[in-house]
Amino acid sequence: MNVTFSNEEIAFRAEVRAFFETEFPQDILEKQRLSIALTREDVVRWHKVAYKRGWGAPNWPTEHGGTGWTSVQKYIFADEQARASAPVYLSFGVSMVGPIIYTFGTEQQKQRFLPDILEFNTWWCQGYSEPGSGSDLASLSTKADLNGDHYVVNGTKTWTTLAQFADWIFCLVRTNSDVARRQEGISFVLIDMKQPGVSVKPIKLLDGECEVNEIHFDNVKIPVENLVGEEGKGWTYGKVLLQHERTNIAGVANSKYRLERLRAQTNESIRGATPLANNSVFMRKLAAAEVELKALEYTELRTLASISSGKAPGPESSILKVAGTELHQQIDSLYVEAAGYYALPFVPEQYDIDFPIDERIGNGTQTKSALSYFNHRKVSIFGGSNEIQKNIIAKHVLGI
Amino acid sequence: MDLSLNDVQMMLADSVDKFIGNDYDFETRQKYADSKQGYSDAAWQTFAELGWTSVTLSEDDGGFGGGPVDLTVVMERFGRGLVVEPFLANVVLAGGVLKRDANATQKSAWLLAAISGELQTTLAFTEPSSGYQISDITTTAVSGEDDDQSWQLSGSKAHVINGGSAELIIVAARTSGERRDKHGITLFGIPATAPGMTIRSYPTVDGLRAAEISLDNVMANHSQVIGKIDSGYETLNSAVADATLAVCAEAIGIMTVLTEKTIEFSKGRVQFGVPISSFQALQHRMVEMYTACEQSRSLLMWAAMMMHKGGPAAEQAIHSIKYQVGIAGKRVGEEAIQIHGGMGVTWELDVSHYFKRLTAIGLMFGSADWHLDQLAAPDVA
Repeated sequence: MNVTFSNEEIAFRAEVRAFFETEFPQDILEKQRLSIALTREDVVRWHKVAYKRGWGAPNWPTEHGGTGWTSVQKYIFADEQARASAPVYLSFGVSMVGPIIYTFGTEQQKQRFLPDILEFNTWWCQGYSEPGSGSDLASLSTKADLNGDHYVVNGTKTWTTLAQFADWIFCLVRTNSDVARRQEGISFVLIDMKQPGVSVKPIKLLDGECEVNEIHFDNVKIPVENLVGEEGKGWTYGKVLLQHERTNIAGVANSKYRLERLRAQTNESIRGATPLANNSVFMRKLAAAEVELKALEYTELRTLASISSGKAPGPESSILKVAGTELHQQIDSLYVEAAGYYALPFVPEQYDIDFPIDERIGNGTQTKSALSYFNHRKVSIFGGSNEIQKNIIAKHVLGI
Repeated sequence: MDLSLNDVQMMLADSVDKFIGNDYDFETRQKYADSKQGYSDAAWQTFAELGWTSVTLSEDDGGFGGGPVDLTVVMERFGRGLVVEPFLANVVLAGGVLKRDANATQKSAWLLAAISGELQTTLAFTEPSSGYQISDITTTAVSGEDDDQSWQLSGSKAHVINGGSAELIIVAARTSGERRDKHGITLFGIPATAPGMTIRSYPTVDGLRAAEISLDNVMANHSQVIGKIDSGYETLNSAVADATLAVCAEAIGIMTVLTEKTIEFSKGRVQFGVPISSFQALQHRMVEMYTACEQSRSLLMWAAMMMHKGGPAAEQAIHSIKYQVGIAGKRVGEEAIQIHGGMGVTWELDVSHYFKRLTAIGLMFGSADWHLDQLAAPDVA
């Protein structure tokens, strides 16, 4: 039993590290370190840099222009990405709709959509949840009625992340209400956002940011060519997608470097205060989170080992999302505790690009800690709440 | 044995309940919180007219002679209404110092003005490097060469609540001793407009306002000294203890609302063809929220009684209740958001704002860990 990497893998890590240190836009990394929000232009720019490097789609096979990386390479890449404080790939195009299109789409759909996803010429967003359909996604009611050579879409999608920047949206819609199982009447369609009848309304979240939206479709016409796969099979495609992404779901790399940075911070005497390292209660909590992380890391590595030896991921992989999001939130709490009173100021303008860093209230990004803690309550809610995840584990893994 | 409120306290409770119920719905609260100063002058005047601001003052000072229980009665209801008016800064912190140590002139100029709503005040004690230790004061007050009648104050104060609106700021400064000594702290009443005062006000995550204040050779004379030179610590500590009890009561009001709202939401939210309240996994968690609320409420009663009694028992009670509320508040807040699902993280729904205030309270006047540490220390318990 060992977790040593091969020489090729070690060389690959060096290559990835060099990419982030030299080719990747350093101004974007700097913004990330200072908690300055990336603009749409920033996001497009760095994805294009990755594309030029041949890394537009780390998770795709080479035949579609992906990297064809092994699971271990993907793991190494994600680790280096987090180490560099680099942003993660916007998942909607490259991780979500892309694989569905190359797996279930027509040749024409592949040619039309995949190159633009790879090159990041198209910004995608995801239309799954609805106001009445959260955890119970199969109850969705946005309708797509077939009318000759097109569908007419009516309904509302919600919690649509970054839809304000999006060009296209992929949606699960109801094409048939007269079915035995609700899941069977659901289809997977692609909708151009820039057309009459599509309206995007921002939803302000508790941290004051508007990263999600509500989208209304009012008699929106979409050509039948925009249906992916078979009508009524959308639910199955969505499920296949979930099985695709077993690794990285736990956010191990992100948690690892956040904990490392927090530990480094405990040795600093901020503004002349006693360093947190002298606070044994805090340090015990930090150590406990580090133990959690190690466990999570090895659960992920077990999954990785199965996949890389050609086997299916073991049942332990099912706990990655719940354990990963719980740790994520635990780390948020530690940052808030470390900031103390300096978690409280609500001064978003301090994180504008032209705000002088040395005039910020609080040290570094201390005043971001509570806002991150608030915002990240979502990680145990979205993508199937942790309650739903536990139901799935109980049913499919424990056989209860 | 009688753990019920007396008649005066019942009337007080009723009066605050009526105001919150009739004049302080969530939209109104948000409007006040979003205004430049972060609260409503009119509402503040109403608080003064209804006598709430003088609840904990002695009859000699023009108050009702109420004690810690009366304070918790008001604050718990302020929690329910998510009140943003600067009661804590004016009445409990600044008022707490002034009622204990101010001389007659200072009382009439400052305390009476504060409780009648004419003067905005606050207490500046926390510093950028002090953490939660009240005696950790590095702001200095240096007396003039030939006399001990005038001082120059220099240093920084952090997270001064109501600091942007306050016209009078009571500053805790060191007149002697080492950085963390209890002895050597003196309290000064400083006008916000005094030369050398720089006040940087900002909104806080809970919709309230606080400020960073820097003092650069701010002059003060003997008429501005509150209490005795070098002997301000006890008063400071007592005022902060009152404030700690107050925010614990507020937190219990908030937790109660969050629990009620979560139960209500779960009954109405249908998924998989049934209300989510029918899921046992959620039922148990809501029972735990309720338990956390009620355990906190019980401990608050005890703490208020101990505060009335004073002495080391009061000290222990304050550490206990703030620890309890810190733990319970985090749990209840996080569960309320989780059970509300996506709606719970929106700005639009009041639940997230209750959660944020609860989080802020958890960080003020000592975290749960900090208070537990004080209880665990051999010289306290």
